[in-house]
Amino acid sequence: MILEGKAHCFGDDVNTDYIISGKYKFKTLDMKELARHVMEDLDPEFYAKVRPGDFIVAGRNFGCGSSREQAPLAIKYAGIGAVLARSFARIFFRNAINTGLPLVECDTTGIRPGDELVVDLGRGVVFNRTRNLEIPVRPLPPVMLRILADGGLAAHFKKHGGFALE
Amino acid sequence: MGKTIAEKIFARAAGREVAAGDLVVARVDYIMGQDGTAPLAISAFYELGGVRPADPDRIAFVIDHSAPSPNEGVSALHKLMREFAREHGITLYDVGDGVCHQVIPESGRVGPGSLVVGADSHTCTYGALGCVATGVGSTDLAAAMITGSLWFKVPETMKILCRGKLPAGVYAKDLILRIIGDVGADGATYLAVEYAGEAVDDLSMDGRFTLCNMAVEMGAKTGIIAADEKTLAWLGQFTARRFAPVHPDPDAAYAVVREYDVSILVPQVACPHRVDNVVPVDEVAGTRVQQAVLGTCTNGRLEDLRVAAAVLRGRKVHRDVRLIVAPASRRVFLAAMREGIIQDLVEAGAAVVTPGCGPCVGTHNGIPADGEKVISTANRNFKGRMGNNKAEIYLASPATVAASALTGEITDPREFVR
Repeated sequence: MILEGKAHCFGDDVNTDYIISGKYKFKTLDMKELARHVMEDLDPEFYAKVRPGDFIVAGRNFGCGSSREQAPLAIKYAGIGAVLARSFARIFFRNAINTGLPLVECDTTGIRPGDELVVDLGRGVVFNRTRNLEIPVRPLPPVMLRILADGGLAAHFKKHGGFALE
Repeated sequence: MGKTIAEKIFARAAGREVAAGDLVVARVDYIMGQDGTAPLAISAFYELGGVRPADPDRIAFVIDHSAPSPNEGVSALHKLMREFAREHGITLYDVGDGVCHQVIPESGRVGPGSLVVGADSHTCTYGALGCVATGVGSTDLAAAMITGSLWFKVPETMKILCRGKLPAGVYAKDLILRIIGDVGADGATYLAVEYAGEAVDDLSMDGRFTLCNMAVEMGAKTGIIAADEKTLAWLGQFTARRFAPVHPDPDAAYAVVREYDVSILVPQVACPHRVDNVVPVDEVAGTRVQQAVLGTCTNGRLEDLRVAAAVLRGRKVHRDVRLIVAPASRRVFLAAMREGIIQDLVEAGAAVVTPGCGPCVGTHNGIPADGEKVISTANRNFKGRMGNNKAEIYLASPATVAASALTGEITDPREFVR
């Protein structure tokens, strides 16, 4: 799968409260409604700026904090194609893959806001078109690749009738 | 090569020998969802093709994050949980029963050697009972409900050895804040954190829950303390079931070992807006606060309320401060009543709210105003955490929170601890 879009940059330790605040997430299961508030405490204009297929680009430990799966879902419903970060917190990591949101672990330090990126999930490489730079990607563990390739855990269960990982 | 506690528990749950780094599909002994995550897990349950849970007797739902409901949206989600629980014979802890991370340990259903998943990041709290308990999302929770199992990577372990005796006025909360300040918000990512040493042995179970509760604030998969006589006696209040403690082998392999001498520790405060932004209390003493919060899954237990009441007894909360108290559970609330602790707190000026998460997650029970500062016994101080991104949150021990509520500014509690 090849994804193309612009970079929206954030720093280290973006926690799930910043991704979707608790004051919204407890009220509803309507992810389209939650998506309107994604990243609001860090950038109130974020949702309005995102174009379908754009990327969130962040530093270390993206998605730390609460286990709320509303976080990857709100990102996905906001139209984000993938999240690129130097590292991910573990619960968010699982939740994103389970809900079919691609994650890309790579050195994001050279990416600037607005850079045009091409992410090749199959080959495991990010190309920064604006800076003409290729960035190597740390591959996902095989078990997570398998779930993501099926389209998330629900699709994986439908296909295999349960876990088909070992 | 010897095994860590986590490796032994995963080996038992997976039914084969395992080592750190292995991928296993393991049987889960207990499954928990709360009102912020269970509604989405119910959706995922059907999306994954679920018809009936594999073993409803091993599942509990807890309504604690927004309890009682502050609006009709939350009410609808609570209703969804109640109906699902009734239909499938799942245990439901409803409004007023308490915080999931207190009511599940009090249920006697998890203990030494258990493997537990909860759709809440602070599920790692139960590790104080000598089990592996870890937070998952709603889809993983649904998969566990349907199959009774889940996939895991067996974690490596960070060992934290704590020697010495805690000085008066310094508590488990100060120790864990200091550790997180040193390790950092992602310093233990993917690791199990095993706490050991005489200072940990000396802690009450309430203090041990506080240590394990905050393991996730350094990225850990779980915090674990090997069970001892104290653990078994505590569990004995709630169940007749015999649990066999799991100990690490003397030659177990650890990814990292850290050592602390707790006898030189002073009260600590985590400053806005990061849990790992930790300083000794004197560096922020004098900062004015408008709200003080005593409670949550970190510090709403009987010992916490007792420590705060000892500071507040016979005194009055500062007129510019609201002190909000949320006991961790109905049982804790009742025990605190019997001891006269609630009387002391209320006479001092505290507002006691329903046992549960209280104002920690920003849905109700005390959302701060723009520009206000809060001192809280909770585990997170992220911007907006309490429902207002223009407020600032400081995290500290129950004693520091109580002393600060009295003076109206962040205060070293040692001058008040008798």
